[in-house]
Amino acid sequence: MSNPDFPIVVENVCNAFGEHVIHEDLSLKVERGEILGVVGGSGTGKSVLMRSIIGLQVPEAGRIEVLGDEITAARDDDDIDIRSRWGVLFQGGALFSTLTVSENVEVPLKEFYPELGDDLRGEIARFKVKLSGLPPEAAAKYPSELSGGMRKRAGLARALALDPELLFLDEPTAGLDPIGAAAFDQLILELQETLGLTVFLITHDLDTLYEICDRVAVLADKRVIAVDTIPNLLKLDHPWIQEYFNGPRGRAAQAAQNRARAAHKAALAKAMDKRANTGD
Amino acid sequence: MRQWSDFTSTPDGAGGQTVSLSGPLLVSSIGRIDRGLRGIDGPVSAIDLSQVSAIDTAGAWIAWRTAHLHGAKIVGASAEARRLIAAVGAEGKDVEVEPERLPTVQRVFDSIGDYVVGAGHGVIAFLGFVGAMLIGIGSLIRHPGRFRIKALVRQMELVGVSALGIIGLMSFLVGIVIAQQGAVQLKQFGAEIYTINLTGRLSFRELGVLMTAIMVAGRSGSAFAAQIGTMKLTEEVDAMRTIGVSPVEALVIPRVLACTFMMILLGFYASLCAILGGATISTLTLEIPFFTFLTRIQEVVPLHDLWVGLIKAPVFGAIVALAGCYQGMQVQGNSEEVGLRTTIAVVQAIFAVIVLDAFFAVFFSEVGWG
Repeated sequence: MSNPDFPIVVENVCNAFGEHVIHEDLSLKVERGEILGVVGGSGTGKSVLMRSIIGLQVPEAGRIEVLGDEITAARDDDDIDIRSRWGVLFQGGALFSTLTVSENVEVPLKEFYPELGDDLRGEIARFKVKLSGLPPEAAAKYPSELSGGMRKRAGLARALALDPELLFLDEPTAGLDPIGAAAFDQLILELQETLGLTVFLITHDLDTLYEICDRVAVLADKRVIAVDTIPNLLKLDHPWIQEYFNGPRGRAAQAAQNRARAAHKAALAKAMDKRANTGD
Repeated sequence: MRQWSDFTSTPDGAGGQTVSLSGPLLVSSIGRIDRGLRGIDGPVSAIDLSQVSAIDTAGAWIAWRTAHLHGAKIVGASAEARRLIAAVGAEGKDVEVEPERLPTVQRVFDSIGDYVVGAGHGVIAFLGFVGAMLIGIGSLIRHPGRFRIKALVRQMELVGVSALGIIGLMSFLVGIVIAQQGAVQLKQFGAEIYTINLTGRLSFRELGVLMTAIMVAGRSGSAFAAQIGTMKLTEEVDAMRTIGVSPVEALVIPRVLACTFMMILLGFYASLCAILGGATISTLTLEIPFFTFLTRIQEVVPLHDLWVGLIKAPVFGAIVALAGCYQGMQVQGNSEEVGLRTTIAVVQAIFAVIVLDAFFAVFFSEVGWG
């Protein structure tokens, strides 16, 4: 039966392409309302895991349950009727290139709720576009007229079209400039807080991991070797985890976050002092 | 069973009314109340959300929009509803901005104008393309080492060798049709023997080359446009340029040369297949023996008929390849464009081939090769 605390439950999944085994006995549980970061070296099957969870790839063995529905039991695409409850952002945005951004957002609305009037659908699409941090003019543009970062935001707007409970993001900040990436991180965090989303986030971006992820799942040796908060992961002495988080880039991201925390604390302390001085 | 949201409006005694929304206010349930909410007229003083069981951003949007429109205040909202409405309201300010649409009449003229200007630019662009190709050929003549012999051979195989089966079969069948239909008509004059002249001359002069050109346009011209177009989309063409490889040298010239050269061979081959088809049907139905048919061909078909075909073939081949490569290079933007350009390449190639064929027909009779 549906497990309200774990919207995604992956149990003993095996995935292989021919002789090449990607996942062996992989298990993972995602908690409701968290942002789970998924990391792993190239080729460890992060995207394959996501594709398995959303039913695009049928695992050879194992069981996957999403929002109480058993994805692995679905015989064909029509069996998965929880599609209106998740949103997926693919790596390149995967926008329909012959439709404008706003029409892209309208596609899922039209598909699942044909009774919505054209006016209302257009309005919903346009405010989703704005909610994703795009300027309102972008709604009428075609994907080929947008920059890479804008395309990702447009993809996010489409993923959010139906107010999903679950959001899948495949490397959302890859290929964005640091300012754009930080803004995208904040956007995801804000949306997650406002809309109460559960986010399954594949990333290589250490800043993203430190900044917004509640827990991080590490894929290595064909399975999830650990799921925990970053400080707890750092205590494990798995060589890949150590190298990943304690490598030069890992330390830089950590330092950046410490600096941000310190600045935040200092600002708080200053505010407190001020208050104390003025006698409130 | 889906639960729909609903609303009621009650006068508040001070000339306004209170609109109470009830049920789940979700994207899945608001479809039926939107029109009603839009239709509310008269002052609305408050929107009551206390009966709302669930809310998402779409629900928050219609609540906010109604409140915003009438200057009403929202009462009885849960903490979640307040949060969503605040988020939506912050973004909602200029959502109403619809992209401008021209009136229909103006749009017709607009698109006609676009088309004319586009056609003008197309002519210039095509000339530019041919020019770039000539420059490419020129620089290849000066630096023969840069010539891509492997690409040429590969294209020759794709355009020529792989097409042998289908073109042979097609020409054989066309030969059968001409001989058979010709014989029916000529029989009325007792002149069935002229079936041989008809089949032989028509195959060499017209049909062999023309049918082959149409087939090559469909098989290879479209493939050129789609391949090069996809390479443009995936920025492969740009990557080539940055490495210093000229796309014209690497992509266009091998294809144009392969197509031009293979058309000569394919056209000749197609003519032979058509004659074999004619000979076969004549053996079976006209009682003209197979080898007699072939011997007669040598006597009744003048040599210049062969030349007519062989002169036309490379011209047609070059046109088909140029149309394909040019349209491929013009692709930009999205995947739909690849399909569009591929279609245009085939249509233009076949059209140009038929126009030129008519021109050649008149030209060759004028010079006495009739």
